[in-house]
Amino acid sequence: MPVSNELETVTLHVNGVEKVLLIEPRVSLLDALRDHLGLTGTKKGCDQGACGACTVLVDGERINSCLTLAMQYEGRAIVTIEGLAASGEMHPMQRAFIQHDGFQCGYCTPGQICSAIGMLTEFRSGAPSAVTGEGATPSELTDEELRERMSGNLCRCGAYVGIREAIHQAHGEMAR
Amino acid sequence: MSIVQKVTQAFVQVLPDRDRDELTDQQRFLGKAIDRVDGSVKVTGAAKFSAEYPVDGLVHAALAFSTISKGAIKAIDISAAERIPGVLKIITHLTAPDMKISPPLSPGDDPAAGTTNVKILNTDRISWNGQPVAVVVADTHERAQHAASLIRVTYTEAAGANSFEESIPSAHKPKQILGEEPEVIKGDVDAALGAAQYKVDLNFVTPPYNHNAIEPHACIAIWEGDDKVTLYDASQFTAGTANSIAKMFGLKRESVRVLSPFVGGGFGGKGGIWAHNQLCVLAARTTGRPVRLALSREGVFRIVGGRTPSQQQVAIGADADGKFTAFIHEGVTSQSPDNDLPEQFSFPARHLYAMPAYRIGQRVCEVNRVANTFMRAPGESIGTFAIESAIDALAYELQIDPIELRMRNEPETDPVSGHPFSSRHVREAYRMGAEKFGWSSRPAAVRSQRDGAWLVGQGVATGTYPVYRMVTSARVRINADGTAVVQTSAQEMGMGTATVQTQHAAERLGIAMEKIRFDYGDSRFPMASVAGGSSQTISIALAVHQAAEVLVKEFLALAQKETDSVLKGASVDDVYAVNEGIYRRDRPAIGETYAAILERAGKTHLEAEEQTGQAKEILKYSMHSYAAQFCEVRVHEQTGEVRVTRFVGAFDTGRILNPKTATSQFRGGIVMGIGMALTEETMFDDRTGRIVNATLAEYHVPVQADVPHIDIVYTDIPDDKTPLGAHGVGEIGITGVAAAIANAIYHATGKRITELPITLDKLM
Amino acid sequence: MNNFTYTRAFEADAALKVIAENSVQHISSRFLAGGTNLVDLMREGIDQPQAVIDITRLPLAEIEEAAGGGLRMGAMVRNSHLAAHPLVRERYPLLSQAILAGASAQLRNMATTGGNLMQRTRCYYFYDGAARCNKRTPGSGCDAIDGFNRIHAILGASDQCIATHPSDMCVALAALDAKVNMSGPGGDRSMTFTEFHRLPGDTPEIDTNLRAGELITSIDLPASTAGLPSLYRKVRDRASYAFALVSVAAALKIEDGKIREVRLALGGVAHKPWRAFAAEQLLQVAEPTVEAFTQAAAAELAPAVPRGGNGFKIELAKRTIASVLSELAAAQGVRQ
Repeated sequence: MPVSNELETVTLHVNGVEKVLLIEPRVSLLDALRDHLGLTGTKKGCDQGACGACTVLVDGERINSCLTLAMQYEGRAIVTIEGLAASGEMHPMQRAFIQHDGFQCGYCTPGQICSAIGMLTEFRSGAPSAVTGEGATPSELTDEELRERMSGNLCRCGAYVGIREAIHQAHGEMAR
Repeated sequence: MSIVQKVTQAFVQVLPDRDRDELTDQQRFLGKAIDRVDGSVKVTGAAKFSAEYPVDGLVHAALAFSTISKGAIKAIDISAAERIPGVLKIITHLTAPDMKISPPLSPGDDPAAGTTNVKILNTDRISWNGQPVAVVVADTHERAQHAASLIRVTYTEAAGANSFEESIPSAHKPKQILGEEPEVIKGDVDAALGAAQYKVDLNFVTPPYNHNAIEPHACIAIWEGDDKVTLYDASQFTAGTANSIAKMFGLKRESVRVLSPFVGGGFGGKGGIWAHNQLCVLAARTTGRPVRLALSREGVFRIVGGRTPSQQQVAIGADADGKFTAFIHEGVTSQSPDNDLPEQFSFPARHLYAMPAYRIGQRVCEVNRVANTFMRAPGESIGTFAIESAIDALAYELQIDPIELRMRNEPETDPVSGHPFSSRHVREAYRMGAEKFGWSSRPAAVRSQRDGAWLVGQGVATGTYPVYRMVTSARVRINADGTAVVQTSAQEMGMGTATVQTQHAAERLGIAMEKIRFDYGDSRFPMASVAGGSSQTISIALAVHQAAEVLVKEFLALAQKETDSVLKGASVDDVYAVNEGIYRRDRPAIGETYAAILERAGKTHLEAEEQTGQAKEILKYSMHSYAAQFCEVRVHEQTGEVRVTRFVGAFDTGRILNPKTATSQFRGGIVMGIGMALTEETMFDDRTGRIVNATLAEYHVPVQADVPHIDIVYTDIPDDKTPLGAHGVGEIGITGVAAAIANAIYHATGKRITELPITLDKLM
Repeated sequence: MNNFTYTRAFEADAALKVIAENSVQHISSRFLAGGTNLVDLMREGIDQPQAVIDITRLPLAEIEEAAGGGLRMGAMVRNSHLAAHPLVRERYPLLSQAILAGASAQLRNMATTGGNLMQRTRCYYFYDGAARCNKRTPGSGCDAIDGFNRIHAILGASDQCIATHPSDMCVALAALDAKVNMSGPGGDRSMTFTEFHRLPGDTPEIDTNLRAGELITSIDLPASTAGLPSLYRKVRDRASYAFALVSVAAALKIEDGKIREVRLALGGVAHKPWRAFAAEQLLQVAEPTVEAFTQAAAAELAPAVPRGGNGFKIELAKRTIASVLSELAAAQGVRQ
């Protein structure tokens, strides 16, 4: 059985910068970021889409970078945790996480923050969640909505209450 | 208890107490809700965890695991793996050099972090399903993983004791449990129980659990020559890891350096060294390259042990007033044949209630599984589930409010040792918690509240966790520029250590927090104990306190070298550290800054390193933290689904040093308790001894949607017998939670569930 | 994970051509869309294709109105977009609810309509290469039958395999009379949704009736099930982000106190999304009462076989069916 050993060239757009990589096709987007681009802020928690630690934003949408090949995201605008504090100033979500102690060990945190930012975009676009009423447009970001919408990000330290408080605050600030 | 222990115990009773820490009431920095000092690096992704260090020439290792629980390797075929391009080395039991077994996890002057006596890769024997049988090193981790998956092993299988349930009849009494008697007995408890007017007798089952920190265990090993190795390791115990690796590889202790500045959650799972540490060091030595061994999630399940399963019995007798007349708490846990770790579930009952007659003890059986280990509140978490569920059942028998029943059995002194409590404010915790929760409006009757299809109930339980303090060292340096550095090899895995110790150093030295640097997570720093037993905060605090006292003395001496010193004639007791210097206690305006003293003496800094002694206070006092856990649940009448809808944790844990980080610790424990109660279980297949749900998709850690708002209140009453008046707060949070939830479920449904996790099928 | 060649296709024809050519050269190939299941299976070594054809950029990401009031949903429409689409929410809220009940927001942003159909079981033993599994290694046996099988099938299983299909979306599609369209070496064809997935029988390794080299291009929903009052109810071990123990997709239309339309499908109970034809048949001529709903549920579950750990699912499915139908009836003014 012939097994390919060929390396492929792929151009990734990460945090506004174009990066050319020579990698095996099996390299996941997560490993491309961590091992090939040195962007270790994106975390590997399970490598099987079950924890959300690897969440990044692609064209503004949150995805699990562990369950995707880097090749698949060629040319797409990828934003990682390192790309949020543009020009050195923290994103309101990052500040809110500190203020409300929305983490302890910090390992799931980059994924939580990227996920929260993607979640707010979804919410503002009117996208429903499993707890939004049939046919309704979600109007208020209730705790119930937040709990459902953020359930794709595990936090074993159990900082869920602080995470919700942080997101509520950032949501308010970003709406201003 | 040995003769030596008995003599020590007797001697300690007449020793004077350590003076009350004068910072106990001070609150310039301590007691403030200060943001984490490491917050910004964590929210920006700049904090580097162990797998993330850029190292030139780094290569990658992956493990192959056994698929039987007991037997021997007959043959191992690595040929397909060897053909994978980029593979540098495959090490098996046929090729691995001899390594020594590490002594088991223990703090102290000669610390160690061993977790099993199995000779990994130094034997053809298989001792558990998942034991590493080969390590593959390749140029990329994809290639290493792929090659490892191609290794084929054939075994001579032996009949393993895979089943906990079937092994229970073979259980034996361990010699000791963490230095305590395995069983304590007073009076004729069986007769007392038989004669009791009211009684309950219940059996409980708790499953194995895994820590499942979101950061999987990972390690980078870099050798310099043949006799020096550096590890970046996700560790709760840098000093123990370094010393254990030294022992295993025949190195000097100081030749092994372990760096662990950030740890992505531990909960006990990173307290000891596991096979990957040893094999990463081995792989680096064998290949002559720096090696990274980052475990997959499955790999963590296979080689890192979790919490033992337990089977427990609680029988309580009481008179008509609810006073306990007999108390039995017994049961069995499991361990592997290659470790010695009976999880101390029988500890909490020894300290919680007044009992005229009791038999409290435990046995342990051996099962061919990965060695179990400490997991958040080992013992107290599962022990309180049993006893606090039983007390709830008794309360219904007696028709006494469950809080009131507990209050009627509050002991004056420790019911087993007879020692006075150093600090016990259970009543106050219950009062605060009940008020916050609105307990008084709860109807006493079961199955009496409903919200549509959901039955509603409220429950309560006591939590408890001991105060431990371990031998720990710290170095404190005060520089001529007015800054200070505190160094200890301690770990920060989210508990808030870096923040609280910076607060403490600022308060202790009279220097602003911004001018303090707290260095940790490096075994080269003075030895800190394991981040376990909720002991780290006060252990470090005492070491820093001692070092600061030495520095004050030295600064005073240095100042007084000057003949016209403003501090002339002052003794060390006359001065204290404040306002970036030392000043007279009676005339606080008189004194000198550290900077001025150092400048005049022509010195760049003064430095002191101190090590604490053993915690003799715990032999003289009964020292514990307490929790009153309140919760409300909704149980779907048709499907049995459970939702925790409200939670209040009320804590009595001495003085709170940082309300923000302490609250996170309490909440985190409660969230893990929710998982323990409702969703989590490590499923060992008894046919093979293999974990079948070795994944976060099927091991159900609570998600956002499972967790309600959690209110935290605390007594904040200092314990005068501890440094800073504080207790550790990392483990108390999980204790009592499963019982509170089970009790609320009983209140909602009338069903007493005694087997965890309480999945919906048990409530249909 | 083994390595493989990677090809990115921009047109369906091109993708089909690559897979056909690979087939001639005996190169095992997989179409890769959202990757949420396939990449995981490849990483676990359960699927080891030599060639991966990335189809995420195929122009199949449209949701179009079909003549007569139905919808055609392209195979590359991502789950989150499908669930939020105004036409889907208006006409087939059941589908939107089912999708949103599954996985996480991140996964729904990746997963595609076609890929959702191709998900494989979450049976523990299927995922563990050390275990016996007829689905993974035909003829090796089934460790689930006498093992941990709390999450396993109670309906339509065989002595070879008791795995379940993990999808939520597919349960709604089964209830809504969807049709699957595909292209392949033999040209274009379509089949009803309930024909698409298979029961395990003696060939549990084959999940679907999709032929080798075929590509799902779109899924059609008919006008006949548009706008029906409906409800998706998922019962699981966590409040979110867990696979169903039992799920119920129901559409029930009551007019003048009579059941006019009923569609019912179950998830988490079988090797395929389980259309509850037996229950529907009874309900079509029944009064909308709790008794009728309970009887219909009992009839549907009559052939259910407990395997130990999963026995509770029989009662759970019955109760959930009855309560979902009752809720739908109550919402239409039928007093229970």
